[in-house]
Amino acid sequence: MTAHADPAAPRKPRSGSPGAHTPETPRALPTRLRDSLTGLGFVAPFTLLFAAFLLWPMLAALWSSFTDRSLARSDSSFVGLANWQQLAGDPAVWQSLWVTVLFTLLSTPPLVVIALVMALLTNRVSGLGWFLRFSFFAPFLLPVAVVTLIWQWMYQPGFGLINAALARVGLSEVAWLTNENTVLLSVVITTVWWTVGFNFLLYLAALQGIPRQVHEAAALDGAGAWRRLFGITLPLLRRTTALVVMLQMVASLKLFDQAYLLTDGTGGPNYAARPIIGYIVDSGFTEMNIGYASAVSYLFFAVIIVAAIIQYRLFSRPGVES
Amino acid sequence: MTPTSAVASQRRGTRPPLRFTPGGLTFTVLALFLAVVWLIPLVWAVITSLKPESETTAVPVRWLPLEPTFAAYETVIARGDLQQWLLNSTVIATVVTALTLVTCVLAAYAFSKIPFPGRSWLFALFIAGILVPPQVLIIPLFDQMTFLGLIDTYTGIALPQVVAPIMIIILKRFFDAIPRDYEEAARLDGAGHLRILVNVVLPMSTPILAAVGIFTFVQAWNNFLWPFISATDPNLMTVPVGLGTVQGSYGILYAQNMAAAVLGALPLIVVFLLFQRQVVRGVTDAGLK
Repeated sequence: MTAHADPAAPRKPRSGSPGAHTPETPRALPTRLRDSLTGLGFVAPFTLLFAAFLLWPMLAALWSSFTDRSLARSDSSFVGLANWQQLAGDPAVWQSLWVTVLFTLLSTPPLVVIALVMALLTNRVSGLGWFLRFSFFAPFLLPVAVVTLIWQWMYQPGFGLINAALARVGLSEVAWLTNENTVLLSVVITTVWWTVGFNFLLYLAALQGIPRQVHEAAALDGAGAWRRLFGITLPLLRRTTALVVMLQMVASLKLFDQAYLLTDGTGGPNYAARPIIGYIVDSGFTEMNIGYASAVSYLFFAVIIVAAIIQYRLFSRPGVES
Repeated sequence: MTPTSAVASQRRGTRPPLRFTPGGLTFTVLALFLAVVWLIPLVWAVITSLKPESETTAVPVRWLPLEPTFAAYETVIARGDLQQWLLNSTVIATVVTALTLVTCVLAAYAFSKIPFPGRSWLFALFIAGILVPPQVLIIPLFDQMTFLGLIDTYTGIALPQVVAPIMIIILKRFFDAIPRDYEEAARLDGAGHLRILVNVVLPMSTPILAAVGIFTFVQAWNNFLWPFISATDPNLMTVPVGLGTVQGSYGILYAQNMAAAVLGALPLIVVFLLFQRQVVRGVTDAGLK
């Protein structure tokens, strides 16, 4: 409230002071009211959408999680904590949550490190900037189904490109998508190829913001390329790295699309590549159990919030220092 | 305006001069190697799409087709559903982008320039909304859309995607940086907020509007989960959903699958080639917040 009292203050005398604008003076009093109405009118459309498609569903899901609501029936009744008790004892919940966490742990390091290497190379190599930006970033623009059609084809046994290459160098074929132990790794590889371009662009923007004089001064002082990389560039990129890691972890925790499509909706052998969102979709739409799926949705939401809090704790301090 | 030119001149300034040192050559080779690795899947998809179906599964894998053909493209196009999905994606992404721009620009302007009651707590509420992943909402949204009779409609697919509070924050930050003098000069001329927004603020904001618009368009075009849940009719599916759920069901016809993939990928690749700077800016702005 105090925040908007002061910007209004300098405006009024100015608009009222020129004597030529006599009709302004009677309007000076209702300006505040007019501003209020205009402001509310301007935020109204977004607020309506926000309330209808974010707030309301959030509350509805919370309520549903205490009912036995189902897509198969129109009526539902309050069941108290039954869904939450079922969730706590449901091995499929914890298995799919583990898949999500494991995917996040496996995908985040390469998605950060490879993006950084790509950005350092692109920033360093001259004359190829456009080509490199296109090569590294173009996959990010592909719709997920295009990505998974291509990679299902690449992972094929026998005539798939990856296995053909493995066979050529004398290694044995890998049943990428049909082996319980490799299916999640296949999802990781595909994801790295698909989305690393986003992190690459963030790093590239940060690198281009480092003034050249910093490097020149260090070079004059006799610092070699590697010393400059580890002594100057990487420390200067620390905040960007913190940001990229945070964004990437949240993005990885939301794994669903590519895992679902690469496994043709099955979640892979023994559900080895079914993330928690896959389990929400399965219990909500396949088993039609809206109440239970709502409870699992809230569990997922809690995981996201906890991850955000942990990251905030971990990264906010060094960010403030530098 | 000023931010872009500053970035552009900075970029020109930071680019190292052409120097052929052994180190530089190593970096060039390494960069080219990575770029080729990243392009292989795309090139392989294009090559496969130009093979006759019988050649795709030949066991010593051949790179180039013996008899290149557009047969796979002809089959995919003759089937017609891909064109329908492209149309649906275009309509939905355009509607989502237009509504996002209008609602977020209005809200961001109000948060930036107009004092009104409840401004700070409403803004805090929207910021909190960023924390809610859309994936958490699919179950209740499906329930709600079924109740409203909006399943299998453009409206039902598009509207929930408009709620992107992050865009308000990006726009507000930009509007905040516009000096108050411009707006006060217009106010002296008797302009109301809507006129100031349209005649003063928006013309100064074209780079950020392009960035937000293109980024929103790309996201809406590529969105999978919600359109997948809310469109069951193949005629209403978007490109990612149609290619993901229907294309696969035509069986294992790799040349056709790759032809469909190439056609489905083309629009955004073209958008990127045309608007590379805005796409890059949109991504970095949305990412860096």
